Amino acid sequence: MAYGDFVIQHDLNFTVRRGDIFIIMGGSGCGKSTLLRHLIGLKSPAKGQVYFDDLSFWEAGPEEQETVKRSFGMLFQSGALWSSLTLAENVALPLGEYTGLSPVEISEIVSLKLALVGLAGFEEFYPSEISGGMQKRAGLARAMALDPDILFFDEPSAGLDPISSRRLDELILELRESLGATIVVVTHELASIFTIGNNSVFLDPETRTMIASGDPNLLRKECPDPKVRSFLNRGEP
Amino acid sequence: MKAPEDTASGQARVRYTQPSADCLLIRLAGGWSLKDGIPSIDEFNQQITAQPLIRQIRFDGRDITQWDTSLLAFLTRIIGQARQQGMTPDFEGLPEGVRRLLELAAAVPPQPDTGRGAGHTALLAQIGTTTLRYLQGAPEMARFLGEVVQSFGRLLRGKAQFRRADLMLIIQDVGPQALPIVSLISFLVGLIVAYMGAVQLAQFGAQIYIANLVGIGMVREMGALMTGIIMAGRTGASFAAQLGTMQVNEEIDAFRTLGISPMDFLVMPRMLALILMMPLLTLYSDLVGMLAGLFVAQTAFDIGTFEYYHQTVHALDLRQFAVGISKGTTYGILIAFAGCLRGMQCGRSAQAVGQATTSAVVTSILFIVIAASLLTIIYQQLGI
Repeated sequence: MAYGDFVIQHDLNFTVRRGDIFIIMGGSGCGKSTLLRHLIGLKSPAKGQVYFDDLSFWEAGPEEQETVKRSFGMLFQSGALWSSLTLAENVALPLGEYTGLSPVEISEIVSLKLALVGLAGFEEFYPSEISGGMQKRAGLARAMALDPDILFFDEPSAGLDPISSRRLDELILELRESLGATIVVVTHELASIFTIGNNSVFLDPETRTMIASGDPNLLRKECPDPKVRSFLNRGEP
Repeated sequence: MKAPEDTASGQARVRYTQPSADCLLIRLAGGWSLKDGIPSIDEFNQQITAQPLIRQIRFDGRDITQWDTSLLAFLTRIIGQARQQGMTPDFEGLPEGVRRLLELAAAVPPQPDTGRGAGHTALLAQIGTTTLRYLQGAPEMARFLGEVVQSFGRLLRGKAQFRRADLMLIIQDVGPQALPIVSLISFLVGLIVAYMGAVQLAQFGAQIYIANLVGIGMVREMGALMTGIIMAGRTGASFAAQLGTMQVNEEIDAFRTLGISPMDFLVMPRMLALILMMPLLTLYSDLVGMLAGLFVAQTAFDIGTFEYYHQTVHALDLRQFAVGISKGTTYGILIAFAGCLRGMQCGRSAQAVGQATTSAVVTSILFIVIAASLLTIIYQQLGI
C-alpha cells in the first residue's frame, strides 16, 4: 500500500473466512482505512492482490469487478448518505438499480431495513435532519439493502455514545448470526474489538507491516509482540 | 446473505393448511431470493376471509433452503395483515435467523409524530410559504450588510482579525488567475461591438468611428459589465461554495467558538480582494476590448494603428475611465457581498452548497444588472 513513493504498509497477507467478523486494527495513521479502500475496490494496491474466493479483484475485468462489488455493503465513517435524497430514497436506490422489484416491494423492503436499524418512521427524513448516530444507522440500512455477502464497516463506533455503540455492536453480531454475513470492521475501539471480533489483523505504523493476526481476545493475552498487547490493554503491557 | 444450507432448490413456495378451525399453518419452502421478487399475499387474504374463525397464524419453515430479505418482506406483509385482523402470529416454526431479525425490526416501534407523509400542501399554502421565505431573506440580507459594515469598521481601525497571507492568496485567485478568461471574453465582446458598429458605420463611410464606439462602449459599460458577469460566475460562486462547505464541516462554528469573527476572518479578505482587483480587471478588460476593435479595424476596414489610436484618445477622457472603473468596483462589492452572503447562509448538506452556489450567481447577476441600470441613469443625469 503506498501513496506515490510513500509506502504505508507492505507484506500484508491475511485471509478473511466466510462468517468471520474480521477486525482491522492499529494505531492512528497506520493505513487501516487505506487497506479497507483496497478491499472494497476503491483504490488499487501498489503491489499485490486481493482475492474474493478465487477471483483476483484487481486483475479482473470491469464487469467481474462490478459483480463482485455488488456482493459488498459498505458503511462509511460518517454514513456517507446522499444528502439530496431522503433516507428511504437512499436505501431504495441500490434496490431500484440492481433488482427488478416493483416500487411497492422496494418501499416495503426499505421500511424493513430501516426498522432493522431502529429507524422505522424516518423514511421521509433527509440526512441533514437526523443525528450523526442515526445517519450511521441509516448508512447501515443502505449497506444492507442488497443483502450483501460481505459487509465493510469503517470506524462504526466513531462519534457514537457508548449505548448506541453497544447497540451497533449487537446489531453487527445479529447480522452475522442471522444472515451468515461476513463482516470486516476497521476500528480501534477496544470494547467493540473484543465484543464482536473473532479474527483480526494488527497494522503497525512504525514497521509498516502487520505484526499480529488472529482472535483479538487471544492476542490480548498471548501475543508475543508487546506493542500488540499494549494496544489491546490500553497502554498497559 | 444465506441460510446455513446454501443450496437453493427451486423458487420460493408457500402453502396454506388448516390443522384446526382457528389456526392457519403457512408452509414456506424453497429458495427465497430478492431476484425472484416477493410472493403475493392474496391467497393469505382469501384464506382468512373464507375462514373467519382463524385466530392464530403458525409457520413451518423447515423446507426453506435459502432465504434473504424477500422472506422477511413477505413475512412482514403477512404479520401486518394478521395483526390488523386481530390474529396472533406465532414465529416458532421459522428459522432462528428469521425470528431474530423479525424481533429486531419490531424492537424499535415506528416513531410517531414525525410530521412526515401528511400529504401534499395546498397550492395557496405553498405560494404563501415561498413568499414568506423570500420576505425573510430581506432582513437576513440587511443583517449581513450590517455585519459587513461593522467588520469593515474594525478593519479600518486595524482590529479585524485575518491573516494577510489569506488575503494575498485570495487576491491571487481573484486577480491574476482570472486574466485568461477575462482576456478571452473581453476580446470577443470587443470584436462583436466593433463588427456590429462597423457594418452600420460603413454605410456612411464613417468606419473610423469604430474606435469611438468600441472605446466608449468598452470603457463606460461593457468592460465593467462583462468582467462583473465573469467574476459572478467564477469568483462569486467560488466564495459561496467555499464558505458553504466550511459551514457544512462546522469550520465556521469553530471560528465562532474561538471568539474569531467569521466576518473578519473569512468575509472581509474576500471582499477586500474583489474590491481591489475589480478596478484593475475592468481596466484590463477595457484595453483588451479596444485591442479587439483595433484588430477588426485593421483587418476588415484597413484603418491604420496610429489613426485608430488617435481617434480613441480623442474620444476618451479620464471621466469615461472613472465611470467604467467605478461601475466595476461597485459590481465587485456586490459580487463579494452576494457570494459571501449565500455561503454564510448555506445549510448543512451537499445539496445546500449547490443551492448556495447557484443562488450566489443569480443574486450577483441580479445585483449587477440593477446597479448597471441605476448607475447609467445617475451618470446620465449628472452629465458624466
